[in-house]
Amino acid sequence: MSGRSGHDGRLLTVPARRAVHAPVQTVAEVVGRRPVDAYVELRLAAPGIAARAEAGQFVAFAVGGETSGLLLRRSIAISTVDDGVVTVVVAAAGPGSTWLTERRTGDVLDVVGPLGRPFPDPPAGARALLVGGGYGAAALVGLAARLIGRGHRVDVVAGAAGADRLCSVQELTGLADRIAVTTDDGSSGRRGQVTLAVDELLPDAGVVYACGPMPMLRAVAGAATAREIPSYVAVEESMACGIGVCMTCVLPIVGDDGRTRFSRSCTEGPVFGGDRVRFDDVGTLPWDVVGADAMGVVQP
Amino acid sequence: MTVVEAVVDMSTSLGAVPIPSPVLTASGCSAFGRELEPFVDLTAIGAVVTKSVQLRPRSGRPTPRMAETPSGMLNSIGLQGPGIDGLLAEELPWLADRGARAFVSIAGTRVEDFAELAQRLRGVPGVLGLEVNISCPNVESRGEVFACDPVAASDVIAAVRDVADPAHPVYAKLSPDVTDIVGVARAVTDAGADGLSMINTLLGLVIDPDTMRPVLGGVTGGLSGPAIRPVALRCVWQVHQALPEVPILGMGGIRSGLDALQFVLAGASAVSVGTAVFNDPSAVARVHTELADALAARDFASLADAVGYAHRDTRA
Repeated sequence: MSGRSGHDGRLLTVPARRAVHAPVQTVAEVVGRRPVDAYVELRLAAPGIAARAEAGQFVAFAVGGETSGLLLRRSIAISTVDDGVVTVVVAAAGPGSTWLTERRTGDVLDVVGPLGRPFPDPPAGARALLVGGGYGAAALVGLAARLIGRGHRVDVVAGAAGADRLCSVQELTGLADRIAVTTDDGSSGRRGQVTLAVDELLPDAGVVYACGPMPMLRAVAGAATAREIPSYVAVEESMACGIGVCMTCVLPIVGDDGRTRFSRSCTEGPVFGGDRVRFDDVGTLPWDVVGADAMGVVQP
Repeated sequence: MTVVEAVVDMSTSLGAVPIPSPVLTASGCSAFGRELEPFVDLTAIGAVVTKSVQLRPRSGRPTPRMAETPSGMLNSIGLQGPGIDGLLAEELPWLADRGARAFVSIAGTRVEDFAELAQRLRGVPGVLGLEVNISCPNVESRGEVFACDPVAASDVIAAVRDVADPAHPVYAKLSPDVTDIVGVARAVTDAGADGLSMINTLLGLVIDPDTMRPVLGGVTGGLSGPAIRPVALRCVWQVHQALPEVPILGMGGIRSGLDALQFVLAGASAVSVGTAVFNDPSAVARVHTELADALAARDFASLADAVGYAHRDTRA
C-alpha cells in the first residue's frame, strides 16, 4: 500500500520531534558573503535564531525588499550556527533566490527562524552516514559537528551533477571519518550517483541522514530501509510561508499510527523518517490518505 | 517613540459583537492561528478567522498546490482540514484557552452541510461568529460556487442563519467572479446575513513554459495577494454604496495599514489580512498599528468615523 521499499508493517523511524524553541522574526545584517562555485554562502548576524537553532532546521527569508512583488518567503536550510551568526548556502534558482545571492555585507534581511523539526538523535553509539545532494550537503555540516561532539563516528557522501554543484565538501571533509564524492559527469570524485558510495558505506551505518533533491532522498531512504537501517531525510519542498499556515508544502507521510496524511514539510518536517515518506505517491492523492474520501477518492 | 500616542478608537464589531481591533486574519491564510502565536498576540487582534472547516476531514488536493504570481500567488489547497470534529476537539479549545476570538469559516457542498456545521458550532466557547464560505474556487464544482448564484447563495445563508447560534453573526463570503456582486450581496443580506466578507480569491491559471502544462495539481487555483487589491476594493465600494447599512469585512491583498485604510474608506468596518501573512507572519498586528497611525494622521477620532468616508462626495 505504501511507497516504502521492503519491510512493510514495521517502521524503522519515529516521527521527528518538534524543535525546543519557537521561531522568531528578526532583521539580520549580512556579515559575510562568499561565492562558492555555483552557490553563495551568506553569514547573517541573527543571535536570536542562532541561539535557538538545531541541526536540520531552516530559515525563511522575505525577498526583494518591502515593496517587492515577490511575496512568498524563501526557505533555506541552516548550514551552521556559531557565535550569533547563522550561515546558509543559497542557490540562485529563480528571481527570489537570485536576489538573495546578490546581497552584500551590510545589507539587512527579514528572516524568520529557526523553523521546522530538527534531525533526531542517532541510536546510542551508532555510526552515522550523512548524504548530501547539491547544496543539500550544507544542511549536514551542523549535524556532523553535533554528532561528532557526542562521540558518534560520521561518514559522508556528497554528490552533485558536476563539480561546481558540490557544496560544503571542505567543511565536511574536516569532520568526517570517511568522505566520498560523486558527480554525475565525473568532474569531481567518482562518476555516478551518490548511491554508488552509499551502498558501500551503508553496511557500517547505524543511522542515515540525507538532504537533497527528492530522487536522491528516495534512493538513499530506500537503500537504508532495505538494510533495516533507520534514515532521516530533510526535504526541499517549495514553501510559501515556512511557518505552517499556507498548507502548500505537504507530502504523503506515514504517521505514528501507521496512517498516511498530507503533512506539512515546514512544521511536520522538513525532517521525516525516510521510511515514512511515500515518495512514489508525491504529487498524487492516494485513496488511503486521511481525508481522501472527502475529496471523492475511493478505494479501488 | 513619539510621546503622543495614537488615540484613535479602533474598536469595531462583527455584526453586533464588539471586537477591540478591526484587523483579523483571513480564512485559509493563518490555519487555525496556532502557528502565528510566536509572532502575534492572538488576543489583541480582531479575531482569528479559521481555515474553512467541512463536516469530514479532508486531505486537500495533490501537490503542487501553489504558484507565485506577480504581487500574489495562485493556490489550490482544496480545503485540507480536520473536519468539524477535529476543529471542536483541538483547534477551538486551543484558541479559547488563550482568550482568542474565533470567527469560524464553514464550507460545504450542500446547503444541509452548512446548516449542520452552524448547528454544531452553537454555544462553543470562544466562537465569535461564522463566516460562510460560499465562494471557494477550489471545490469540486470549480467555478460553479454558491456565491455565483444569488438564489443558491441565499439558500445557504438562510439555512445557516436559521440554525446558527443567535449570538453568532453570520457573514457571507462573496466571490468577485460574478457579473453583479451587488445583486449577490443584496440576496444574501435579504436572506439574513449579518455582514459580508469580501472578497474570496479569483479563479486563475498558471502554465509552466517548460513542461507546457498547468503548474497546479488542481489545474486552476485561487488568485490572492496585492495583485487583486483593486478588484477587492471595487467590490467593497460598490456594495457599500448600494447597501450602506450592511457591515463589510474587507479583504484582498491588504499588506499595509494604508491598504487597510483604503478598504475602510471604501466601506469596510473591519479587514482581514491574508496572503501578506505568508510574507510577514506579524502582518496582522503590524497592519493594526499602521492603520491606527494612518487614521490619527488624518485626524480621525475613531475607526467608525472613517468607514465609508471615501463615498462622501459621491452620495446622491
